Amino acid sequence: MNYSDKQLNEIKEFLYKIADDQLIIGHRNSEWTGLGPLVEEDIAFSSIAQDKIGQSQHIYEILHTLGEADADTIAFTRPAAEFNCSHLTEYPIGEYDFSLMRNFLFNHAEQIRFEMLSESSFEPLANLAKKYRGEIKYHTMHSDTWINQLGRANDESNTRMQKALNETFNLALGIFEESGNEESLKKMNIFAGENILQEKWIESVTPRIKAANLILPDKSNWKPVYGGRKGNHTEYLEPLLNEMGEVFRLDPRAEW
Amino acid sequence: MYGNTYIELSDKAKSLLEGEDPQKLAEFEARIAAGEKIEPKDWMPKAYRKQLIRMIEQHAHSEIVGALPEGTWITRAPGFRRKLALMAKVQDEVGHAQLLYSAAETLGKTRENMLNDLINGKSKYSNVFNYPALTWADTAIISWLIDAGAIINQVTNSKGSYGPYCRALERICSEESFHLKYGHDNVVFLATGTPQQREMVQEALNRWWQPIMHFHGPPDKISDHTEILMRWKVKMATNDDMRERFLDEYVPKIWDLGLTIPDQKLKKNEKTGKWEYTEPDWEEFKRVINGDGPCNKERLQVRRWAVERGAWVRRALIKADSKYTVPLA
Repeated sequence: MNYSDKQLNEIKEFLYKIADDQLIIGHRNSEWTGLGPLVEEDIAFSSIAQDKIGQSQHIYEILHTLGEADADTIAFTRPAAEFNCSHLTEYPIGEYDFSLMRNFLFNHAEQIRFEMLSESSFEPLANLAKKYRGEIKYHTMHSDTWINQLGRANDESNTRMQKALNETFNLALGIFEESGNEESLKKMNIFAGENILQEKWIESVTPRIKAANLILPDKSNWKPVYGGRKGNHTEYLEPLLNEMGEVFRLDPRAEW
Repeated sequence: MYGNTYIELSDKAKSLLEGEDPQKLAEFEARIAAGEKIEPKDWMPKAYRKQLIRMIEQHAHSEIVGALPEGTWITRAPGFRRKLALMAKVQDEVGHAQLLYSAAETLGKTRENMLNDLINGKSKYSNVFNYPALTWADTAIISWLIDAGAIINQVTNSKGSYGPYCRALERICSEESFHLKYGHDNVVFLATGTPQQREMVQEALNRWWQPIMHFHGPPDKISDHTEILMRWKVKMATNDDMRERFLDEYVPKIWDLGLTIPDQKLKKNEKTGKWEYTEPDWEEFKRVINGDGPCNKERLQVRRWAVERGAWVRRALIKADSKYTVPLA
């Protein structure tokens, strides 16, 4: 299919936000290596992080075929204002409850997004979504299992998980911030839209939250945290990116 | 990865055998001499059990503490290829800890007790991890040369007599061989790269050479004690033997890359076939192993953070009717 320049830019923006979310949450999850509450969780978080970062790399490679710089340059040298990740992904790892709840909310959105994208008219993206939705299923299985266990185990863990849900929920709603290109992407049959994704996501997380003896924040308190998709970020993104690019940027002539 | 078996040699050899049934002891030793493996439920001398718990536990601790100096570079690894490889590599190390804690548990000490003894300072881990990884090149040197030293040690120990430990080591060694390739590839890129990269890797080698020479432990004083541990196939080679094997295999490879090893005395004596080198500072080795190294406090603090901050998660896994079971060997 031939796209106009405008359409191509819309597709690129869409790809950037998906990949940036994955790279940044993957980077955060990798920070658990060596620090997990059980060695098994160090290992699990690392696997999930490797998957997400690997998936982001693949999307950046698609962007490269559309005329953007190579994947390493895109990921390791862009300034924060050019990133389109949601605020949810940017926050430091905090305690295990925070990181786990963030994963739970993010993984479900990602899984549904990739299911939707497997039908996308943009073939490279549809192929990628088909390839990775199987990996993401394991990420949701991991966070579902733990949310259920920790939500129900004892007062201490239930209180912690409820607090983590309250802290992350509005941030998670920021995943669905619209870009202004929704209609165009819909028309091109690339993506059915963030609104539909959000509805499906609510359907998916609500029964799991309930089953874990946790309470979904009341709709009157939903205050989505937007800005990330437009390049406005939390104070945490820039230091993260500086750290990520620290070695890569040392010597522009170097191959690592 | 793991270093020396740091066995206290001051014990009287006799105390190893005190109170043991001579007949059972003879049967036990005959089985080992015949190349059989000892399994968790088999009879074994108390000193054998104690020594193995100490060794396997130290090894497991080395894996999780060893994840820290390299782990801090996951967030800074340059480019996707290195980032993903380093994540997988450090993840493997944590996986090795999991395998080894299970192997040690078969001898009667719980993982929780081992982790507590680590943060209490009662049990040790490989000395090299008390040194910092100051630059990206340090992680490359660690992945190549520390892992190389560890493979020599682990391949040797995998021929030992305790079944669960040998089986864990075989699996570990096959993964470590990938780490070695990763580390070597990483060092090759730096050593053949830009002047800045070459300088980084040479400086890292300079920093790490002494810890590498310390890696297999001080020369063993051959005593009755060592003799018995070797007869029981707990200790499989002397520390000097393992150091010699390391030098044989890796010094030429380091020189091939145009790197300089910071020891002017280092050369192979063609007559004896042995390496000659400046004896590393064993006083420093002892100081560091006893807690006074550049990173001992930091490493234990991080582990303490992980144990304390994660305690609520472990509490939430305990059910009222759950009973402790020893892992399958």
